Amino acid sequence: MGWANIYAAVYSEEHSSIFDFTQRYGMQLVWIGAAVVLALLVMAMDSRFYFVFANFIYAAMIMLLVTALLFGTEVNGSRSWIQMGPIRIQPAEFAKFATALALAKLMSKYGFKIHQFKSIATIAFLVITPALLILLQNDTGSALVYSSFILVLYREGLTGWILVFMVFMVLLFILVLVYNIPVILMLLFALTLFLFVFISGRYRDAIRFGVGIIGIGVVIYGASEFFNLNLSWHYFLLLPLVVGIPIAIVYAFINRLRYIYLLVLFTLTGIFFSFSVDYVFHNILDTHHQKRINDLLGIESDPLGWGYNVNQSKIAIGSGGFWGKGYLKGTQTKFNFVPEQSTDFIFCTVGEEWGFVGTTVVVALFLMLLIRIIRVAERQRESFARIYGYGVASILFFHIAVNIGMTIGLFPVIGIPLPFFSYGGSSLWAFTVLLFILLKLDSTRLG
Amino acid sequence: MPLNISTDKKFIIAGIMALVFVVVIVKLFLLQVIDPSYKLSASNNVLRYVTQYPARGLIYDRNGDLLVYNQAAYDLMVAPNQLSKFDSTDFCNILGITREFLEKGIKDAKRYSYYKPSIFLKQISAETYAVLQEKLFKFPGFYVQARTLRTYPRKTAGHLLGYVGEVDENIMKSKPYYQMGDYIGISGLEKSYEEELRGSKGVFIYLVDVHNRIKGSYADGRYDSTAVLGKDITSTLDADLQEYGERLMQNKIGSVVAIEPSTGEVLAMISSPTYDPELLVGRPRTTNYRTLQADTLNPLFNRAIMALYPPGSTFKIVNALIGLEEGVVAPTTKYSCDGGYRVGRGVGCHSHSSPLDLVHAIQASCNTYFCHVFRNILDNSAYKSIEVGFTKWKGHVESFGFGNKLNIDLPNELRGSVPTISFYDRYFRKGGWSSLTIISLSIGQGELGTTPLQMANMTAAIANRGYYLTPHVVKKVGNDTIVDSRFKIKHYTSVDSTWFNYLADGMDLAVNGAPGSGSTARIAAINGITVCGKTGTSQNPHGNDHSVFVAFAPKENPKIAIAVYVENAGFGATWAAPIASLMIEKYLKDTIAPNRIWLEQRMLDAVIIDRRAKKK
Repeated sequence: MGWANIYAAVYSEEHSSIFDFTQRYGMQLVWIGAAVVLALLVMAMDSRFYFVFANFIYAAMIMLLVTALLFGTEVNGSRSWIQMGPIRIQPAEFAKFATALALAKLMSKYGFKIHQFKSIATIAFLVITPALLILLQNDTGSALVYSSFILVLYREGLTGWILVFMVFMVLLFILVLVYNIPVILMLLFALTLFLFVFISGRYRDAIRFGVGIIGIGVVIYGASEFFNLNLSWHYFLLLPLVVGIPIAIVYAFINRLRYIYLLVLFTLTGIFFSFSVDYVFHNILDTHHQKRINDLLGIESDPLGWGYNVNQSKIAIGSGGFWGKGYLKGTQTKFNFVPEQSTDFIFCTVGEEWGFVGTTVVVALFLMLLIRIIRVAERQRESFARIYGYGVASILFFHIAVNIGMTIGLFPVIGIPLPFFSYGGSSLWAFTVLLFILLKLDSTRLG
Repeated sequence: MPLNISTDKKFIIAGIMALVFVVVIVKLFLLQVIDPSYKLSASNNVLRYVTQYPARGLIYDRNGDLLVYNQAAYDLMVAPNQLSKFDSTDFCNILGITREFLEKGIKDAKRYSYYKPSIFLKQISAETYAVLQEKLFKFPGFYVQARTLRTYPRKTAGHLLGYVGEVDENIMKSKPYYQMGDYIGISGLEKSYEEELRGSKGVFIYLVDVHNRIKGSYADGRYDSTAVLGKDITSTLDADLQEYGERLMQNKIGSVVAIEPSTGEVLAMISSPTYDPELLVGRPRTTNYRTLQADTLNPLFNRAIMALYPPGSTFKIVNALIGLEEGVVAPTTKYSCDGGYRVGRGVGCHSHSSPLDLVHAIQASCNTYFCHVFRNILDNSAYKSIEVGFTKWKGHVESFGFGNKLNIDLPNELRGSVPTISFYDRYFRKGGWSSLTIISLSIGQGELGTTPLQMANMTAAIANRGYYLTPHVVKKVGNDTIVDSRFKIKHYTSVDSTWFNYLADGMDLAVNGAPGSGSTARIAAINGITVCGKTGTSQNPHGNDHSVFVAFAPKENPKIAIAVYVENAGFGATWAAPIASLMIEKYLKDTIAPNRIWLEQRMLDAVIIDRRAKKK
């Protein structure tokens, strides 16, 4: 009951934000109506249905995704829509809850052990298949949503180190883009030494080792300068490592310190990752993705070119001030300064018209909703329902955080909607189904 | 399953979510509450300030004939941030510009400002505007701003009216009223009456959407201000006389200034060669200006108030008056002349009857007579030294308006020059000069520099028998009749008014004396009008003598005082006197008598621009 209120509250907010676009407003009402019907439908089903047919639903959605990819209509460069008469739907939106269901079913099987290789492979297959299909549809944003399932895995027993490792990788990714690789390599080396000291306490060995490695680098650098060899910086940095790693391994063998192998592995992974980020970023990513990331990190900026969206969005939100300009009085959004303002940038309307108070309330409501979902998930007796609940929370969390983050310049612009706010039938229905399946599962918990 | 581990994880997950959301809220707080820059950008985004340009005031002549009015012109503006793809070929064709011009224009505009509109193309014609307007919606980022351009129906008095031009960086810095693309009076009346003529700009604030479409006025127009129209100005000029004078002065270098003595109103102010004021309007202004500037005859130079000439023999009038006032000569005083003043370096004279009294010395323009007068003034035994005598003389001269600005309501007037004691002390040495060494001042040569305006003003003072009113060129601003109280003050000369009648008689005789009586300016006589005049032949270092003539008419209750300079034309009687006389006749009688048509024709036909530097 409690979180139905939240839903209602969020719901009515949506009315207000959309009110000024008469046409879209009307359409959205129709979709809200349809969503209510859909919600009733979902509630009318037997709760066992979702467990039994989870894999079937999943398979059907994968089929739809393939269909969209092959026969879909292209909108804004994404081939992710299926046209059926007057209605266009986006299978990618529905694939999310299907994946959550399938994942829940898989992991709730008796005797399922998450750290087995076979389990991880199956999970990876389940999650990566739709993500890959969506990526092929050129809808990077929706594909990235699938990475949020890592939270579900974590809840179901995956070690926390994975999360830490992911955070570390993200940091490394940003650092590689902001600074150049030599700096990163030096940092990595320092970090490894630091970890070594932290774990073993053998700071003397660490200093010896560090001085030695740096010494080799300096000698090579000096030689290069002295003989005018013009060696590339790779030599000064990588040759010491080539020398240093065997030494470290021998050291580990002699002292029987197994964790040193892990440290060496960690360093090597870091180095490899740094180089591949550099390569992937500059050679594989689309230009517009590159630019969005660059813009966010402040490496490049062009407020009238590809940075236009974010800049205008920040202007709109920033102009709202503390109390906002008042309902329907937003000038930036009303006069279409913010592109995509009724879909991905809907948060701007809230920011401009309701001010800091409004945005805080919305963010707080979302947080309450998420915590509510987690509590609902936790009180389930069946692991299927619990895992599904976490899936719902993860998906919603990713959407909310990334969407709001991008409107205020905390995250690169990727086109994903704000749940229950953004205009669009598919996403509204998908979120409705997502939530109401959980509700249904919850309602049958006691019965 | 260890229960507490999963509970921990539950809190960790919720904690991560909460942390992310807190970061979001902090960022929102910075964005919405702390950082003011986005609020500013928002109003720049959505508010469009449209300046309302008031029409510049019109200028009329003294008879209500239009001299300057406005014609609509359209500036094509571009706002780079609103540009998007458009059919550039079509665009270029409509405007008749090249692709390169288009690209350069947009680049320049971007350099000026991304948000603020700047002028892409100035003053497109009404026809082009008509075509463009229909298609303007196809060219987002471009819009047209209506402006007005000056037009001169009579194409006369370019120097006096002046011209307007766009403000530059310096003006914008010193006078914040002006913004990029605004016009300001640069010379002449346009400059001296800039504030009256321009009115004041207004601004309308509109709300615009992302496509720059106006969505309504901001705050119901509470912050809007309407433009105040510029005031119309009625000049003192007589356009017919001005035009006639310009025609008489065509193909000659020099200047004519005519003043109504009783008011100080300037009736005509000609500087020749002149130019068509239309040349300095609109897009071709810069090129035309350069051409005019490169002209060796310097047509942009307003000789009437900026050229310094020696007054020549016309200055004898002033010396005579000073002599009378100082009591060193009486009207009856006679000096004989045998063809020159033969003391010191000496001054030559022409043949005339001898001896002569003062009135007849003016009539015949006897050099010898005025050498005596001048020496009497300076070597007056009532004063202890030449310095005192000279200072006395200088004071009298300056009371006629020489050596200082008259303060006409036109910019760039020169003050002229009257020599000082210290100048002579430096030039010779202290005590090394006497009335003899500077004797040429007696006949208006030497270290004297006067503008044609000052000469006309002096003539007006004689016509008024003792005073002048500051010459001015504007009669009415808007509906207020007199402009400035300073134009109503009578400036009395330091010479008693009773003495002036003798000079008027002398000048009368110079024009209207009997044939063979030695009158120097009989050619200036007009049937039925008593013209009083004095010729001058001003020696100068630039070539042949300048032909000078000053006159006023009629003798009683004068209506016009005039000074004419024709550079390097020779004797005053040959060119300057006929031109002055014809202008007086034109002004007082409106038509030239049939028996003087030949004279008029001769003046119109004369070409006196190639006589420079003949003498050297």
